[in-house]
Amino acid sequence: MDRFVWTSGLLEINETLVIQQRGVRIYDGEEKIKFDAGTLLLSTHRLIWRDQKNHECCMAILLSQIVFIEEQAAGIGKSAKIVVHLHPAPPNKEPGPFQSSKNSYIKLSFKEHGQIEFYRRLSEEMTQRRWENMPVSQSLQTNRGPQPGRIRAVGIVGIERKLEEKRKETDKNISEAKEMVELSKSIANKIKDKQGDITEDETIRFKSYLLSMGIANPVTRETYGSGTQYHMQLAKQLAGILQVPLEERGGIMSLTEVYCLVNRARGMELLSPEDLVNACKMLEALKLPLRLRVFDSGVMVIELQSHKEEEMVASALETVSEKGSLTSEEFAKLVGMSVLLAKERLLLAEKMGHLCRDDSVEGLRFYPNLFMTQS
Amino acid sequence: MHRRGVGAGAIAKKKLAEAKYKERGTVLAEDQLAQHPLTGEMACRNQLKMMSKQLDMFKTNLEEFASKHKQEIRKNPEFRVQFQDMCATIGVDPLASGKGFWSEMLGVGDFYYELGVQIIEVCLALKHRNGGLITLEELHQQVLKGRGKFAQDVSQDDLIRAIKKLKALGTGFGIIPVGGTYLIQSVPAELNMDHTVVLQLAEKNGYVTVSEIKASLKWETERARQVLEHLLKEGLAWLDLQAPGEAHYWLPALFTDLYSQEITAEEAREALP
Repeated sequence: MDRFVWTSGLLEINETLVIQQRGVRIYDGEEKIKFDAGTLLLSTHRLIWRDQKNHECCMAILLSQIVFIEEQAAGIGKSAKIVVHLHPAPPNKEPGPFQSSKNSYIKLSFKEHGQIEFYRRLSEEMTQRRWENMPVSQSLQTNRGPQPGRIRAVGIVGIERKLEEKRKETDKNISEAKEMVELSKSIANKIKDKQGDITEDETIRFKSYLLSMGIANPVTRETYGSGTQYHMQLAKQLAGILQVPLEERGGIMSLTEVYCLVNRARGMELLSPEDLVNACKMLEALKLPLRLRVFDSGVMVIELQSHKEEEMVASALETVSEKGSLTSEEFAKLVGMSVLLAKERLLLAEKMGHLCRDDSVEGLRFYPNLFMTQS
Repeated sequence: MHRRGVGAGAIAKKKLAEAKYKERGTVLAEDQLAQHPLTGEMACRNQLKMMSKQLDMFKTNLEEFASKHKQEIRKNPEFRVQFQDMCATIGVDPLASGKGFWSEMLGVGDFYYELGVQIIEVCLALKHRNGGLITLEELHQQVLKGRGKFAQDVSQDDLIRAIKKLKALGTGFGIIPVGGTYLIQSVPAELNMDHTVVLQLAEKNGYVTVSEIKASLKWETERARQVLEHLLKEGLAWLDLQAPGEAHYWLPALFTDLYSQEITAEEAREALP
């Protein structure tokens, strides 16, 4: 902890900010010290720590003083940390918070997360050593320390061995998966060429194999798209879950809203976006009381079968006429729906000829289409 | 009874298939190795049977793999990246479905799908401010804040992967490279190459002017004006007519400097003279 020097925290010319993170605590070796809540900044030349409560309390160490860094995973009640091993302080060091310390390392504790990115960037800076190429003022040019000759702690060698093992096992899995991808391609081609040769059941089974493996399905049938048994069940579940929320929201919801609603309710074994879309594509075919609708803009929504967007357009026209003109935001607020869906409704009304647009820098505004009504 | 393929080629192929299966400890019945009478290739139905067996084996091996490395995948973002890159090279998407093996056994799915929900919520909350455009950094910070202290840390790479998956939900999510980072678009605004290039230009200072565009991109005034007007219309840019010189077009999405020095109300009060 005696390597730190007081600093203003201002960057020098040629010194660039790389990343910063709030909520960082510093440890001197294993000991907690009074610097418990600060913003940690990484520049091309230094590691700077500024107290969150007292901005005048600001200190830094040169990156050239770092020997190597390690990650320490988070635990129960413990934040993730980066351990920074340092060269000894040079004799002519500027004043800092500690005159002496028995430890040759410090720990940075990330109480508000951000450790992953910070570690990544710090490692990059340590590899690139940009401070060597970008000279800054004398005050930052203190010692370069002994040439870092890859002083490895025993821990690193052990970790590397484990990584190698893991890599081998992953490779084995991946090559098995690869074989299956090849096999599935061959099967898919055959299905495409001789559609009649394989039964419907066998095709459905094949599709479920693809789903399990995460292989894209090139075989689509008109009735069910790329869905499988799983998606059919899911579609039925969704019809049950979404009935009430849809009624509460005027019969229509965007697919992103549905995704959030359903996954928040589930808590675990969440649906992937693709699962949701594939299930929704089957709603109509399965004659369920909801359907998937894709607007011209590409926006996807779920509607109650009983919901007639075209009828809603008539009431939208009334609302716009009452007010003279409305933007999507204004309309959304009046009617109590999301801006995204409000816009789609107004666009549909325009498409049907009921509304006219006034497209200017101030935004998109809709007026009743007087060309139609007043001849 | 199936017709056997004749000829040396067919025999060699059959021997190869048998050898492969012996290696895997699975012995297939004779008729399962039957070939198509015309092409000599293995019949589709039999390939399907083969795939079914391979799938079972794969599942078992993956379960073993998972018992050893599941924690690692949850905790180590580098491993996640390597793993997913490897899957991508062979044509497998471990995040395609929550019902896939990868998701069910390794648990990779839930991590990313939940992240997707958090990303949507953050974008929705900030849309009124930035029009639906946000830097990856700011999104990262906000998501971390929302996840709280006891949740798993996430990397920017994790966010990008989650966002790529969200694209399946219809237009809206886009990833635009600017400077050394990315802008994340969360509303279906039409942004073409011209718009993107101006956003990239604005990244330096958080704003851009017509003269800057003309000087850097060598465009005519009209082209620059059209692009800026579109950004204004979509709510992605704010017009500052009081700036010295000419009008400044600010991009709130790029106000990361302001954001990163976010201070509490007390700190703000104390900072005033």
